[in-house]
Amino acid sequence: MAAAVSAKKQGAKQVLVIERDSSLGGILQQCIHPGFGLSYYDEELTGPEYAGRFIRQAQELGVKTLLNSMVLEVLPDGTVICTNAEYGITTVRAKSVVLAMGCRERTRGNIQIPGTRPAGIYTAGAAQRLINRQNEMVGRRVVILGSGDIGMIMARRMTLEGAQVVAVVEIMDFLAGLTRNRVQCLDDFGIPLLLSHTVTRVMGNRRVEGVCVARVDENKKPILETEEFYPCDTLLLSVGLIPENELSRTAHVEMSAITGGPVVNQCMQTSVPCLFACGNVVHVNDLVDNVSWESEVAGREAARYAMGQLPQSAGTVTCEPGNNVRYICPQHIALTEEKAEVDLYFRVKLPEEKVRIRLLCNGKELGKKSAIKVNPGEMEHIKVSMSDLTAGKLEVHVAKGV
Amino acid sequence: MTEKQITCIICPIGCRITVRGEDDTVLSLEGNQCIRGEAYAKNEFIHPVRILTTTVKVEGADTPLIPVRSDQPVPQEKLMECMDLIKEVSVTKPVLRYQVIVPDILGTGANIVATGEVL
Repeated sequence: MAAAVSAKKQGAKQVLVIERDSSLGGILQQCIHPGFGLSYYDEELTGPEYAGRFIRQAQELGVKTLLNSMVLEVLPDGTVICTNAEYGITTVRAKSVVLAMGCRERTRGNIQIPGTRPAGIYTAGAAQRLINRQNEMVGRRVVILGSGDIGMIMARRMTLEGAQVVAVVEIMDFLAGLTRNRVQCLDDFGIPLLLSHTVTRVMGNRRVEGVCVARVDENKKPILETEEFYPCDTLLLSVGLIPENELSRTAHVEMSAITGGPVVNQCMQTSVPCLFACGNVVHVNDLVDNVSWESEVAGREAARYAMGQLPQSAGTVTCEPGNNVRYICPQHIALTEEKAEVDLYFRVKLPEEKVRIRLLCNGKELGKKSAIKVNPGEMEHIKVSMSDLTAGKLEVHVAKGV
Repeated sequence: MTEKQITCIICPIGCRITVRGEDDTVLSLEGNQCIRGEAYAKNEFIHPVRILTTTVKVEGADTPLIPVRSDQPVPQEKLMECMDLIKEVSVTKPVLRYQVIVPDILGTGANIVATGEVL
């Protein structure tokens, strides 16, 4: 939605949003909790309110929408093939396309939890949709695996709806999600958080009857002697998200093995020139505010591309993750004559306190800032101005020190 | 005298602050690294408040639920009581965003308002 609004504002004549769901707003529709928009709007909104603002803007600007429509294929020339009950198979020809398919949750299959296969095992987001949009309660006594934000938010939601959350179990020795969610979702309701623990087995035939939880050693291997049985009827999984890129792959877009999303430049342009991408399809974000900013870039640049206004690149800068940096988005910067600031988003590999973040272009320091604390769950951000860059490599380093 | 452990959520540091005091008086604070943390911890000790978000049933519409929130924070200890009350409420369409669903819930001064729309 943010990309559509921004493309319209940039002057794109026709903008079409193709949506699989029956209403606009994506995952925000089921994220009924507050915490959205703290930086983008400077106020605390719920998901539906945040989405509502973009939906209204899109409508006012004349963005067209095609709901209940499944995109089957995106071709490298900007042709989109989709299907819906009213039109049948439909071909849309576009001068540029913004891929904004979001991400999917990792499932039990992805992390291979041993045991039986009873009913009562849900990903946290699936449970969230059932409870918040479909009025279906998923269980009464719940264990949650993973301390990601959705997991913690669902711990609170299930408690408010009358369920008992026995524990939130996290394999790492640190919290995966945001601290404020631990305080407001777990501590408020006295829900225990077990760090360095994991679910080792699921028990039950027709329905979950309980799970075994064990402490893990420094190599994340369960210590069998510490295994304990937790009776429960439901197991929620909040064990990570994977960008949803079936369409990007079919369109032969170059992918990043680290983010699981398309490799993009500072315009959010993929390796296929008319295809742009934004949001969780590129890399999994923790804050929607960042997604909106990134999507504005994608929409604006896709509009410029469609109108033939995107300048030729005079060289490339490759962004290389340095010390304690897992990845940087965008992965490269196309150098142009334009005076522009480029936003670099990155994640650290390990939590660290009192760090210095340094930005080096071909060995020359272009910027630095210090941070009191960095955490893999919280995306970091640094700006660089295009005029300072020279073709070659740009590194971001995070190291202890002030 | 009571003692409460509070994790500050003002910034990413997440200071563990120990607050000692009685009722509405804070006698001592320990563990905060800044003045903002002091204010946060005091409020949390004296009276923690939260925005409540949940859903309300919609009768006779394609969507069975509409998301709602309290338009102001409500006392944290009243969250479950608010939930018991909201559970009994249902609405009929159309419902507009920010339409009041439950006025002044439990006398807290906060209204429960719709955050979504059913037209």
